[in-house]
Parts: sequence; C-alpha cells; structure tokens
Amino acid sequence: MTELNESILTLILLVPLAGAALIALLPDRGKLSAWIALLTALVTFGLTLHLPAHFIPGQPGYQFESNTPWIASPAIFYHVGVDGLSLWMVVLTGLLAPVGVLASWNAIKERRKVYYALFMVQQTAMFGVFVSLDLMVYYGFWELSLVPMAILIAMYGRKNGPRAAVKFFLFTFIPSAPLLVAILWLYARTGTFNFAELQFLIANNALPAGALFWVALAFLFAFAVKVPIFPLHGWLADTFSEAPVALAMVVAGKLGLYSMLRFHVGLFPVQTRAIAPLLIALTVIGILYGACLALVQRDFWRLVAFATVSHFSLTTLGIYGLTLTGRDGAIYQTLNQGVIEGALFVLLGVLETRYASSQIASYGGVAAKLPRTATFFVITALAMVGLPMLNGFIGEFLILSSTFTEVSRSWAIAAAISIILGAAYMLSLVQRLFYGPESAMTAGKPALDLSFGELAVLAPLALLMLIMGLAPSIWMPSIEKTVIQVPIRQTAEGPRIVLVAPSLEEAGR
Amino acid sequence: MNPTDSLRLLPEIILTVTGVIVMLIDASLRPGVARRPLGWVAAIGTTAALWASLWQLRLPTGTAYFGTVETSPFTVFFHVLICGIVLVALLLALDTLPEDSHHQGEYYALVVFGAVGMCLLTGAVELLVVFIALEISSISTYVLAGYRKQTGTGPEAAIKYFLLGSFATAFLLYGIALIFGATGSTQVYEIARRVPTVENHSLVVASLVLMLIGILFKVSAAPFHVWTPDVYEGAPSPVVALLSTAPKAAAFALLLRVVYEMLPTLRPIWSPLLWVVAVLSMTVGNLAALRQQNVKRMLAYSSIAHAGYLLAAFAGLGSSGISAAAFYIAAYAAMNVGIFAVITLASGYDEQLPMVADFRGLLYRSPLLGGLLIFFLISLVGIPFTGGFFGKFYAFSAAVGGGAIALAIIGLLNSGLASAYYLRLAFSAAQRPDDEDGRARLPLPQVGIAVGAALLFTVGATLSLGIAPGNALRAAETAAHTLQVPLDDNSAPDVTPPPQPQP
Repeated sequence: MTELNESILTLILLVPLAGAALIALLPDRGKLSAWIALLTALVTFGLTLHLPAHFIPGQPGYQFESNTPWIASPAIFYHVGVDGLSLWMVVLTGLLAPVGVLASWNAIKERRKVYYALFMVQQTAMFGVFVSLDLMVYYGFWELSLVPMAILIAMYGRKNGPRAAVKFFLFTFIPSAPLLVAILWLYARTGTFNFAELQFLIANNALPAGALFWVALAFLFAFAVKVPIFPLHGWLADTFSEAPVALAMVVAGKLGLYSMLRFHVGLFPVQTRAIAPLLIALTVIGILYGACLALVQRDFWRLVAFATVSHFSLTTLGIYGLTLTGRDGAIYQTLNQGVIEGALFVLLGVLETRYASSQIASYGGVAAKLPRTATFFVITALAMVGLPMLNGFIGEFLILSSTFTEVSRSWAIAAAISIILGAAYMLSLVQRLFYGPESAMTAGKPALDLSFGELAVLAPLALLMLIMGLAPSIWMPSIEKTVIQVPIRQTAEGPRIVLVAPSLEEAGR
Repeated sequence: MNPTDSLRLLPEIILTVTGVIVMLIDASLRPGVARRPLGWVAAIGTTAALWASLWQLRLPTGTAYFGTVETSPFTVFFHVLICGIVLVALLLALDTLPEDSHHQGEYYALVVFGAVGMCLLTGAVELLVVFIALEISSISTYVLAGYRKQTGTGPEAAIKYFLLGSFATAFLLYGIALIFGATGSTQVYEIARRVPTVENHSLVVASLVLMLIGILFKVSAAPFHVWTPDVYEGAPSPVVALLSTAPKAAAFALLLRVVYEMLPTLRPIWSPLLWVVAVLSMTVGNLAALRQQNVKRMLAYSSIAHAGYLLAAFAGLGSSGISAAAFYIAAYAAMNVGIFAVITLASGYDEQLPMVADFRGLLYRSPLLGGLLIFFLISLVGIPFTGGFFGKFYAFSAAVGGGAIALAIIGLLNSGLASAYYLRLAFSAAQRPDDEDGRARLPLPQVGIAVGAALLFTVGATLSLGIAPGNALRAAETAAHTLQVPLDDNSAPDVTPPPQPQP
C-alpha cells in the first residue's frame, strides 16, 4: 500500500482525465459517454476514499506527498499532498462527481460526449486545486477549472448561456491577474513556488511587509470573488440560473474557501489579521444581504444563489474570526454545504426537468404528485436551515458560538439573525413549491416521481447529512489536528507569528 | 572569407534554390496544368532548410562573409521557428488555395522567397544586410497580401501595406545612416563597442528611435499598428497565418538584436519607450478587438495586443528578457498559425462567412474544427497547460523580475479583458446553430493530408509548449546567452570575430 500512497493523488488527477480522453475518442452514441463518465467518477471516488483510510491524523506536514521537478526554470515542481484541510475537500469532490453525472443523466440530452468529457476535465482541475502545494501548479489548476465550466455554461445554458458564461469567466479570470502577478513577485523575491518554503520565509519576515500587504490583498481578492463575498457576488445568480445542475453545485464555495484558508490565512497570517475586521464586517453584511434578497426572489435558482451568498459568507466569517473553533467550523461547514447544495441542486433540477420552469409562483401542491421528491427536499431544506441533528447545525453552531465568545458579540448577533431569515426563505420555498393548492401547471403536467438514478444520488446524500449531523467525530479529528498544526509549526520556527491562541493540544502537553 | 562561410547561410541558400526552382517550373508549365505539386516542392525545400538550420547548431558560434551574418543558437532558434511557420503555411495553402488559381506557383515561390528574407534578417549582424533582408521579406509579403486581386479589399490591403511599410523601412534606413554617422560602422558588434565612447550621443539616440519606429511597425505595435486590421482583412487567411507570425518573429529577433546586443548601454532610453509601446499596444489592441464583429479584424487587433505582451518581456533584464521574448514568439506563432488555419478551413478561401456570428454552431457542424478553434482561443486567452499561458507567464515574470510590476499588472488585466472577445467567438462556435437561418451554409471542406499535418503541428506545438515547455525554454535560454557582442580581441572591423564557445 505504501507505493499507492505516493502515487494516489496523481492517480486521482489522472483517472478523470483518462475518462475524458476515452469519452472524447469513443463515438457519441446513446448513453455510452454517460456510462463511462459514471464509471470514471465512481473509480475516482473509490480512489479518494483511500485517503481517509490511510490518513494519519495529527501527523505534521503533508501526507501522500509527491514532489518531482516539472520545469527547471522557473523552478516549478509537480508537488502534491494533502493535509486535514484538503483531505475531506478531495473526498467531497470525489463524492460529488458521480452525483453530478447522475444529476445530468436525463437533463443532458444532446452532445453528451462534449458534456461528459468537459465534466471530467473539470473534476481533474478541482482535484488539482485541492492537492497542489506548488503555487504555479495550483494556479494552473485554478485557471483550468474555469474553462470547462465556462464552456459548459455557454453550451448547455438554459436561456442565455453565453452571456452568463462570459460574465462568470470575466468575474473570475480578471481577479486572477493580480493573483498571478503576486505569485510571480513572490517567486522573483524568493526563487521558489513551494508553498511550505514560502510559508516559512514569510513567517520569518524575509519579505518586506509593505509589499506583502498588496500581495496578500491580491490573493484574497481572487478567492473572495470565487466564494463569493459581498460585494463581489455579481456573477453568482446568473451562473446558477444558467449552469447545468451538476456544475452549479460545485461552482461556488469550496474552491474559494479552501484557497482562502490555505493560501491567504495560511500564507499571510499577519496581513490576514490586519484585514480580518473588514472581512468580518463584509461577511456579516453578505450574510444578511444574501438572506434578505433570497426572501424576495421569484426564481428558485436565484433564490438559491442568494442563499448561497449568505451561507458562504457565514463560513467565511468562521475563517476570518481567526479562532480555532471558527476555522474548524468553517471547514466542516464547507463540507456540509457541499453535500447540502449537491442535494438541493439535484432536487431543483428534478423539478425543472419535470415542469420546465424555475418560477416559484408557477408551482404548488407538488408534494401530492411527487411525494418522495418532497420528502428529500424537506430534509435538505432543514439541513440547510440548520436543524439540530442534521449537518448544517454543527458548522453554523461552531462558527456563531466562536464568533460570539471570542470575536464580537454584536457581529455574532447580527449574523445569527440570518438563521431566522434562512428558515423563513427555505421553509417558504418548500411551502410554495410543494404544498398549498395545486397550481395550473402542476395539475396540467403529469410527472413521474424520482427515478432510480435520482434516488441513488439523493438517498446517500440525505444519509450523509444525518451522519454528519449526528457523528461529526468521524470528520473532526483530522480537521482539528491539522488546522492546529499549521500555526504551531510556524511558531516553532518563527516565534513572531502567533496567529491564534495556543492550541488545546499544546496546552495539554 | 573561407569556403565554410556558405555553410553559415545554408538554410537561406536551400530556400533560395527552392524558390528559384518553383518559379522556373511554374514558368515552364503550360497554363491549365495543376500547380499544386509545386507546393509540395516548396514544402520539401522548407523542410530541408529547417534541418539545415538545426544542423547549424554543430557550427561554432561565429560570423561569416566579413562579419555580416552570424550563426549561433539564437539564429538557429529563429530559423527553425520561421521555417516551421512557413512549412505550416505552405501545407495550409496546399489544401485551401482554389484549384483553378493559375498563379498558385507564384504563391509558393513568394512564400519561400519571403522566408529567405526573414531567415537572413535573424542572422544578419550588419545593418545593411539587415535592411536588404527586411526588403526581401517585405516585398514578398506585400505581393502576398494582395493575392486575391479580384476582390476590392485585396489590392487595398496590398497598397496600404506597401505604402506604410516602405515609409517605415525608410525610418529604419535613416536610423542606420545616423548610427553610421555617429560610430563610423554598420556592423552590430562594432557599433556596440563604439557607442559608449561616441561623442555625439544625441545622434545615437535619434538613430535608436528611428530604428525602433521602423521595427515596431513590422511587429504591428501601437501606435504603428493602423495597417494591421485592413491588411489582415484583405489578405487571404492562409497568407494571414504567415503574415501575422513569421515576419513578426523575424522583426522581433531584429529588435532583440538591436536593443540587447547593439545598444544595451542605451537601456535607460529604450526601456521606457518600449514600456509605453507595450502598454499602448495591449490596451489599444484589446479595446479595439472588443468591438470587432469580423473575425479576422478581431484577430488582427488581438495580434497587436500580443505584440504588447511580448514587448513586456523587454522589461526583463539581460537574458531573462530575451529568452522570455523568444519563447513568447514561438508560443504565439504556434497558436496564431493554428487559429488562422482553422479559420481558413471554417470560412473558406472566399470568406463567405467572415463574422463572429457566422461561426455559430461550428462545433456542431464540424466537431474537429470547432474543438480546435476553441482550443486555440483558450491558448490565446492564456489558460494554463497551453503554450499561450507559458508565453505570458515567462514574459510577465521577466517583467516582474526586471522590476516592472505595474507593466505586469496592466498586461495581465489586459489579458483578462481580452478573454471577453476570445470567448465571444468560442461560445459562438459552441452554440447550437440556427436552422431557420435562410442563408445557404458553406459546405465544410474536407481536412486533407496537408492541412491535417498543419493542424497537427500547430496543436502539438501549442500543447507541448504548455505542458512541457522545458525544451523550448532551454533553447530560448541558450539563444539568449549567445545574443551578446563577442569579446573584442581585435579591433579591425572586417575581421571575423573569434568563435564563441557554445554555452
């Protein structure tokens, strides 16, 4: 198994790419591409499960590491590895791949070959973002992840795909220009793209603080757009309305949140601390703004888009509260949101493929016709609202309680209002879609309840929401220990940086 | 002068012989006989010249013919690049020029003669030879630009290109005259040695500015770019594939030679000038391209913007700037020739469908061409794992390394802006075609062996420069290190400088 440990991440990166190549080479006949994509996604998911099975929680540094020179000058290394922060992100991405394929099963009716090939490239790009430990390789995957997404939105958009795709692409591509300049500047000053080396050099004040402020800001800006954080969320609603379900569920959130934790907070602790108050304010505004706008939306994709702004702002609040609990909560909440949004998008996709409408007002009384859909929708909505025993609760609780006790009471109270607003818009969405009198549209169109494929997606996701809510201890140890480990190593080598209070572990020793 | 001197001109000699053979056969064939095999003759000759250039790596770096032409890894790099571009352009023309065109033979001969000029331009280290080489390449391209003389835009393009081009060459010649007046020499190494001691410094500066104007016109950098869109629109697409890359590569090689080898001491003067031109080119090019509906005009403005990105590399110090620029030229050439090849095939020689909107549904009509179009556009945007990315990456990291952070930021923001119009075309190709569209649809030409090989070369080059840029970069770095004045151990002007040890 040790050999596999070294090459497992490379395999995870290559298998979807090989699947994409296979799909591209075989003819576009029937559901052949979809079956290959499903098989590839399942194999990849199986491979990602190898990681938690052989992961040693608490071991310092990165695991499953592989580091080989790629380009001599500038010194770019193919350097991949995971720690507790990226471990579950990789698994989540692996899980959402078959979910995405099954969600597209009936929704994508033409040119399946192009769709599934690009979908698989997208998987590789996302895995690459989570496992890269070389800044250039990371940047490469970060940019690469935009391309299949943009093309798929343009090709399979519902009404005005190309416009939404250009908007999405420009919103996320232009901020990565300063990011690249910042990375190049770091390289020009230090001669390395290696994440750990840069972390060490910056922690030891090897670089001028004035310039680092701008470098850190460039990093933050690129990630904040991707999350998205208020006021940079302009692309999200259009993208959600247009993107195929399988892509909309991964476009926001985890890539940006992970990048913030790893490359902004992790690389520039001093600058993070300086800018944290501003971000806390922006995220609280985002939480309330997103929730308020979600209340008044008429289109359910747009409602989910603003709900997403609200929820991911809350997660970001956990990150920039700069408390350990908050960060653990943020990571856990990122995973939760991945699962919940996955299920939510599949369910909304189910409704849209059945009734060809995303106007909430045209629905009503669907529960009587699609009882299983309604059941899953209610579970998902409750998880999103943060009902205890479901997974959304744990993350939100950790974030809000740590904000309340350690950061600022007033901001925490303001943010907590969103829980009420969240319940209001989600439950009213459930009510307007599924209950009440049957609308003309639902009465007029006979529709079948969940198919086997859809059930096969939703049941595990719903189960996961319950398990993640009841037994967070499966996930928490690897998250807690690794997140703690980053600042400790910095303090051991450069005593100047004390980002967070000494960890529980440290105190216990 | 010794007998081995001619080996240092071997690629040029092979190309000249090929061109003469093509021209003579063309003249002796009766009208009505197919001229297409002549294209194969030209392609074979160009391939031979390409191998000859590679073979020249075995020669020690040095000059020939009384110090007028040089062979070094630098010249080999550009020879290989130019021969490669010309080869692809010939293959492209083989399958796309109309069968009944009675002056096909001229076309192939002109392309090959143009290649002679461009190759000579990169190897010349004597300003008068530079001028002659530039004229050889320019005159062929002027004629090629007007190749479709039955249309209105063809002759317009040719005349515009010719008039403005001669005007620019006059600037170059005037610059050469001034520097001769200031230093008493037209040999690049001699000038480099004498410039620091020249008394009339302002004369040298004036000469530098005049030469820059002449060269920047050839690379179509703003504000000397006005000819580009009209010429690209009027010239046939296979010609534009050549026109937008090979002469520019040669002119950039000359620019590198002039600023880094001949006048490195004037860096405080040319560096800010090129900074301004770089910013102007990218901004003007991109802003204008955003408004274009005609694909070829759009790509013309995009090539102006790319000249700007490339000039950003000149902010790099010493060999980092040179190698970045050389690499960028190679990457740019690969993707630009590729995209014009796709456009030639998609819109046909007669260009009945020149607009962005006409490309709608290309991916559905021809998955191969549509896919390739999107691929090359992605490379032009500069997405990682394509040649375009590493080109930009090296150019801007050279700029950042040279301290021009503002330039890098402006450049990268520009490349973000540029993605808007590239994506417009890409998404247009990816959209479902309108079937209600009453217009008779152009039947897509079959991708023949020649064009297939051309596409394969360009895709292969763009991908390999993006995934494994190591080899090309090493070649560019070796080239950069040889772009310096040889050590002066003999001050007599017309004695061949001693060969340099190869790094």
